[in-house]
Amino acid sequence: MVLEDTALLSRILTLLTLSFHIIYATIGVGVPLMIMIAQWVGIKKNDDHYILLARRWARGFVITVAVGVVTGTAIGLQLSLLWPNFMQVAGNVIALPLFMEVFAFFFEAIFLGIYLYTWDRFEDQRKHLLLLIPVALGAAASSVFITIVNAFMNSPQGFEVLNGELVNVSPFLAIFNPAMPTKVAHVVATAFLTCAFLLASIAALRIIRGSTHIYHKKALHLTMKLGLVFAIATAIIGDFSGKYLAEYQPEKLAAAEWHFETEEGADLVLFGVLDGEEPKYAIRIPYALSILAHSLPNAEVTGLNEFPEDEVPPLWIHYLFDIMVSIGMWLAFIAFVYVAASWRGWKFIKQKWFLWLTLISGPLALVAIEAGWWFTEVGRQPWILRGYMTVEEAATTSGQVDLMIILFAGLYFILGIGTIVVLLRMYKRNPIEKELAAREAQKGGEKE
Amino acid sequence: MTLTLEVIGISVLWLFLFLYVIVASIDFGAGFFNAYSAFTNKQHILTNIIQRYLSPVWEVTNVFFVFFFVGIIGFFPQTAFYYGTTLLVPASIALILLAIRGSYYAFATYGAKINHRGYIYMYGLSGLLLPAALSPVLAISEGGFINMVDGNPHLDYWALFTSPLMWSIVVLSIAAVLYISAVFLTWYANKAGDVKATDLMRKYALIWAGPAIITATGIIYELRGHSPEHYENLLDLWWVFAISFLLFVGTVYLIWKRRNYGLAFILLVGQFFTAFFAYGLSHFPYLLYPYLTIYDSFTNETMAIALIVAFIAGLGLLLPSLYLLFRLFLFDKDYVKGKSDYHA
Repeated sequence: MVLEDTALLSRILTLLTLSFHIIYATIGVGVPLMIMIAQWVGIKKNDDHYILLARRWARGFVITVAVGVVTGTAIGLQLSLLWPNFMQVAGNVIALPLFMEVFAFFFEAIFLGIYLYTWDRFEDQRKHLLLLIPVALGAAASSVFITIVNAFMNSPQGFEVLNGELVNVSPFLAIFNPAMPTKVAHVVATAFLTCAFLLASIAALRIIRGSTHIYHKKALHLTMKLGLVFAIATAIIGDFSGKYLAEYQPEKLAAAEWHFETEEGADLVLFGVLDGEEPKYAIRIPYALSILAHSLPNAEVTGLNEFPEDEVPPLWIHYLFDIMVSIGMWLAFIAFVYVAASWRGWKFIKQKWFLWLTLISGPLALVAIEAGWWFTEVGRQPWILRGYMTVEEAATTSGQVDLMIILFAGLYFILGIGTIVVLLRMYKRNPIEKELAAREAQKGGEKE
Repeated sequence: MTLTLEVIGISVLWLFLFLYVIVASIDFGAGFFNAYSAFTNKQHILTNIIQRYLSPVWEVTNVFFVFFFVGIIGFFPQTAFYYGTTLLVPASIALILLAIRGSYYAFATYGAKINHRGYIYMYGLSGLLLPAALSPVLAISEGGFINMVDGNPHLDYWALFTSPLMWSIVVLSIAAVLYISAVFLTWYANKAGDVKATDLMRKYALIWAGPAIITATGIIYELRGHSPEHYENLLDLWWVFAISFLLFVGTVYLIWKRRNYGLAFILLVGQFFTAFFAYGLSHFPYLLYPYLTIYDSFTNETMAIALIVAFIAGLGLLLPSLYLLFRLFLFDKDYVKGKSDYHA
């Protein structure tokens, strides 16, 4: 019976928790940087609007951080609860980055508390800006460390197995595994990219809703420029990730691209549906896969048929790969159009249809984050530690996982709704016009 | 017991668990007292004091907990196998409570400024349920509740839920949470110059002192029947518990006399510190009796050294930051008195 398959149930619960957590985690990594940049621009230009931008982003950020913290705690503990055998190995080999992640998180938590409660307490805004540096650094560092752990699961090294015992453990070899550079860079860059677009979406929404305040235009302009920078970075890193996959996890790349026969000059398959071994209705770009994998149009790309059948990941990850890449391209495109048009002074970017395109790009970026993580995680099935331990071997033997799925699903549902309701209330009750007026009145009062 | 890497590892973790017990108790208890004062229409007295303390630090409190469980997997990976497998249900319930508490605290205080009573009660109640959900781990570590089936550990829920030891630990944890929290908030309210809040918290501190010390003694008695070996070890350390008791008397005396609340809180921390470490020492070397000792579950030497180095480096970063946090909020007169509200 399906319900007795604890490995499957554990996978479902882990998927549920992580899919929910990464929304908040991505915001948690990227938004502090955006706040920091806004604060810095505000100080540099001596423009109160940017400082206010930082302040208002920070308020919303607290809400997402809270949910990020608690769901992060949940996944942290669930790793041991659902995958005890894996964590035993992880504890022996990869505990160092796991431990360092907590320090980074600690660091961030302390300074975020200080930052939030010292607004206007320091005369000098620059001092206040200094507090944001550890917040942004801590946030980025914790994503770096936790991604190292994930990279290790994709390309484990730094230990040997002798008669079922782990020997010759080298924590640093485990950390600097082949998947680490591309993975870490990709996670950090896409988090920044996503947050730039999410914040741009908010600005676009306010303008569409009829606010003509210069504040929103400044917000949109700043975030779109940042979006372009991170989109370019993401594209470059994405290319490196493809080369990593071709070298170290060819089965994942081959499954993503429905590439069955090993061949030279391989085509890149975009979209389509699979019929047996034949992709139908697909767009084929000649040589593109060889270029993605090895930078040469005629390079040989390993096909799926080279692998034992029980080590091939499910073929539907192709769709996830397509979703991720297409959205990434779209984000780069729209950011480029915006920046180019505003540089040339073209007016169409101020029209509603373009604002709508900007508005949907933020949520799309989140979809791409989800698709990307699903792709990378499902793409290493059946392994939890590629080449060493399967998911089946790692799962708990406890019989109550099904009940826990229901409980946690309920929890995430409540937290998700709660976040939306609270954020909407927060900004609806206190729109920028109102806050600016209040600030003016306060300043006027001080002068008298 | 020589100072081996294993001993360093478990001492570090025990210290962090202790710190979590103190900061989390303040947090959980504060939620409860806030709810109780709402129930008895005294909310206006306490809410400001409680929120002013909790807001900048609630996230930090949570990290102590994460630190402990990540650290124990790092230093003692086999605990993942035994405790991970058996604790699925109690730990998941604790996680859900923690999630509801943490997020709703943020939703309410930073976000929507919800003052709905139902929510305040729920928040307060979850603060009591959390220690109750976390404390069975201590009972399980005594042994007797885990059976090995096909080489995999299984928790015997029936034995656990019918065990007087487990229930004594649950009651102790709740009483201790309320006692620790009340003493701290008495001191904090006094610092803020809030006479009404100080008086109310002082009353709660005196009320909860009795149950806290009675249940603590009761557990030593329970252990005599449940794990005689552990009980013998505890008796060998009787003098540490005697010191702990004297510190307890000191705290209650100062609170009673309305004198020196700061010192009273320090004595309280000393009381729990000595008792907590004596308990840990008597449990030595078992992490889970009789399956797991700190020696056979310890990680390899390379990792242990790497972790200890990381720990020292991390502490070098953490201690000054924590000091800054305390200086700006806990020990800043204007902030504590609420003269200025600098919330973003």
